Amino acid sequence: MFLATLIGASVVIFVVLEVLPGNAAQTMLGPDATPQTVAALAHKLGLDRPPVERYVSWIAGLAHGDFGLSYAYGTPIADLIENGLAVSLPLALLAMLLTTALALGLGILAAAHHRRLGDLGAMTLSQVGIAVPNFWLAILLILFFAVRLRWFAAGGFPGWDAGVGPALKALVLPAVALAAVQAAILTRVIRAAVLDVMREDFVRTARAKGLSRAAVLWRHVLRNALIPVVTIMGLQFANLVAGTVVVENVFYLPGLGRLVFQSIANRDGVVVRDAIMLLVVMVVAVNFLIDILYLVIDPRLRARR
Amino acid sequence: MALLEVEELTVRLATARGPADAVRGVSFSLDRGQTLGLTGESGSGKSMTALAVIALLPEGARATGRVLLNGEDLLAASERRLCAVRGNRIGMIFQEPMTALDPLHSVVRQVAEPLRLHRGLSAGAARAEALRLLDRVRLADAHRSAAAYPHQLSGGQRQRVLIASALACGPDLLVADEPTTALDATTQSEILDLIAELVDEDGMALMLISHDLGVMAQNVTRTLVMYGGSIVESGPTEAVFSRLAHPYTRGLHAARPRLGVGRGKRLAAIPGTVPEIADLPPGCPFAGRCPLTIAACSAAIPPPLPVGPGHAARCIRLEAALTLPKAAD
Amino acid sequence: MSGLAGHSRPSVFRHPSLAVGAALTALFVLAAALSLVWAPHSPFDIDVPHKLAAPSAAHWLGTDAFGRDVASLLLVGAQNSLLVGVVAVAIGLIIGAALGLLAAAMGGFPEDLVMRLADFAFAFPAVLSAILLAALFGPSVLDAILAIGVFNVPVFARVTRAAARGVWTRDFILAARAAGSGTLRISLEHILPNILPGLTVQATIQFATAVLAEAALSYLGLGTQPPQPSWGRMLNDAQTLMFQAPQLAVYPGLAIALAVLGLNLLGDGLNDLLDPRLARTR
Repeated sequence: MFLATLIGASVVIFVVLEVLPGNAAQTMLGPDATPQTVAALAHKLGLDRPPVERYVSWIAGLAHGDFGLSYAYGTPIADLIENGLAVSLPLALLAMLLTTALALGLGILAAAHHRRLGDLGAMTLSQVGIAVPNFWLAILLILFFAVRLRWFAAGGFPGWDAGVGPALKALVLPAVALAAVQAAILTRVIRAAVLDVMREDFVRTARAKGLSRAAVLWRHVLRNALIPVVTIMGLQFANLVAGTVVVENVFYLPGLGRLVFQSIANRDGVVVRDAIMLLVVMVVAVNFLIDILYLVIDPRLRARR
Repeated sequence: MALLEVEELTVRLATARGPADAVRGVSFSLDRGQTLGLTGESGSGKSMTALAVIALLPEGARATGRVLLNGEDLLAASERRLCAVRGNRIGMIFQEPMTALDPLHSVVRQVAEPLRLHRGLSAGAARAEALRLLDRVRLADAHRSAAAYPHQLSGGQRQRVLIASALACGPDLLVADEPTTALDATTQSEILDLIAELVDEDGMALMLISHDLGVMAQNVTRTLVMYGGSIVESGPTEAVFSRLAHPYTRGLHAARPRLGVGRGKRLAAIPGTVPEIADLPPGCPFAGRCPLTIAACSAAIPPPLPVGPGHAARCIRLEAALTLPKAAD
Repeated sequence: MSGLAGHSRPSVFRHPSLAVGAALTALFVLAAALSLVWAPHSPFDIDVPHKLAAPSAAHWLGTDAFGRDVASLLLVGAQNSLLVGVVAVAIGLIIGAALGLLAAAMGGFPEDLVMRLADFAFAFPAVLSAILLAALFGPSVLDAILAIGVFNVPVFARVTRAAARGVWTRDFILAARAAGSGTLRISLEHILPNILPGLTVQATIQFATAVLAEAALSYLGLGTQPPQPSWGRMLNDAQTLMFQAPQLAVYPGLAIALAVLGLNLLGDGLNDLLDPRLARTR
């Protein structure tokens, strides 16, 4: 299933970026290039070979970690992508962590105070959170915490060489901007899932054993509620990755998203292709991990395998 | 002092049509070693009574009166105190073994849970004790099944697990709410025999709730018949079933499914349906459905009138009721 | 039962989210409509001497870096968001509903295929698709519309199929079958009208998503191109002036958030109102 998704995605990306527009070399050089230079570049890039052959050699290259050379920078794409990942991956993980923590807190609060003030407050907050665009929140965060309070830099990334502290500090505001929207959506999912599970018979059994409300929530309800929640988290990760592309641009973070972006401006199609493929791989990998997580959570699924 | 004394218990529910009483002034008592049954149609208030005893009423329900366990009023107790009583002094078994166990925890862990909570046993000790309990409830292949998850067990086996967990801490009182209704007939009698045996061995009190008069007749020494939130008849099981003093008990008895009588041939089924609790008439709740209804029935809820030793029925037309035909056995 | 007039209040008051959502959405649509015939100033009028002016009687919300009237830019921006949203949702709705109806009607392999494709498409958020398209054709508002529309197709396909399958099992479908109606005819005449309420709710919510996506793409420079005013674009312009004129970063974002909030609340409210049992995927 996951392999099929990856192959499908790679074919789509390949077809869209390399086959449809006709001559990629022309795109790279711009409309003013002479036919000779276009032909020379096309030959250098191997674009004059048949598409299937090029597709196979692309995938084979990816599998070996050989991504080819960037046309614009002349450096190996693998290095560019590695540098981008060093920012994007920690950012996505930090945002996912924040999302989960925020949503669990608010979602459980709302469910525990079902139809009371805490519920209403959490749901209103979540409704507003869903409506606020992440890049606007990012700008507001910069305005407040960087321009007004001067606690953080307005953007940029010092690199991991500057130390873990400063590097993480540069990722805090972007992660908050990314996490807010996702957490707003996840809060609703968690609330609904917890309320559903609280109606189950085994919750009453657990209470009859003498467990307090809180103990039942932690020991029985949450784990059962996690099953639908984890599904949504998998779907959300794709949005989170898309969100990093936007937020990296707000904060001038040299991540994968920014790399894709600059490469479009540089007409560096090969980099766009590889970087987007990698983003898709990240999404698919996370969903694969989530499938494994299901098996850990739910013994009923283990039996079926 | 009796182990359990319920005095004037009333449970008020918030229904879609405003507050209504699901249990209306129920009183009874139960001693150690005794067995007591609550019977009646669904909606009679028997399950609400059971839930009030263990103080686990649904959200929005309010109980008044007194529920004394060893002299302590559970309706006035703090939630903290109740948590110390539930699963420890009172064990409870529910109707649906298929859904009453957490699907994500192994069976042995769910039996060990009250042991860790109330007895403070270590994980290892609680597990060892849970295994002993699973053996005692004769879970098939107990040592292997203990590590199993609920979905791997049959309904009857799951009910055994639930019994083991309810009895884990050696409670004074076992409340069993329709424990066999969801099971097939053979398994039903196995489970009921098991409960009877365990109750007898441990000298517990048993409060058994069932709509099935056959289950009452075979398993409890004292029977309470509930209708419309009230106890309409109470007495020693044998006396209740031989006299069938209250017209409702008589109707229930006649309506029970029997071997050899086709489903469509319920000659003496009770006319009408159980009214919603918000629609209960003033006076005797059975008025209107009862063939003996007279104007006076609706004046006030009849007091319990003596029928025999320890046997009473809330009916002002007891004499007339005794003339109603019994269903042929 | 309690048929007293005093007890029955208009349904709007029992659905506060519907009332608030409808009001905000109406404001959004009215602003867009108004901008077609009138705006305080032309949003294209560049007046550099009066750049970054503070709010005044002449310029209610001040002016931007080129001296353009911010209030007028916002009004015309509403029109842009509305247009992109409507077209993108229409693309998704028409293709998605057709695929969903087809899947529900045929079952078997075609159904599996449509659903697998929908699963696959979920790995491609609108922003990634738009980046691909922009890399292809160069950035334009058409790319954005297409990308958002394509992203909406699997969403509508899923909702339609789930709802349509439910309707197919109902008795009156059997009756229509017995009367000799073909699959296509039943799908259009019986299934579609029955699932329309659910699709309306989903369309409202997808509209909100589309407004957000358009803003994000325009902010990145992949959507609406200057000088056409767009809320996302305005935020991009404002970001470079964050130190001189922070207020410019507030208005467009607020406009986006209110429009999206309104549409989402309207969708939730409609959902409660039309059919509380209706399953909604989000």
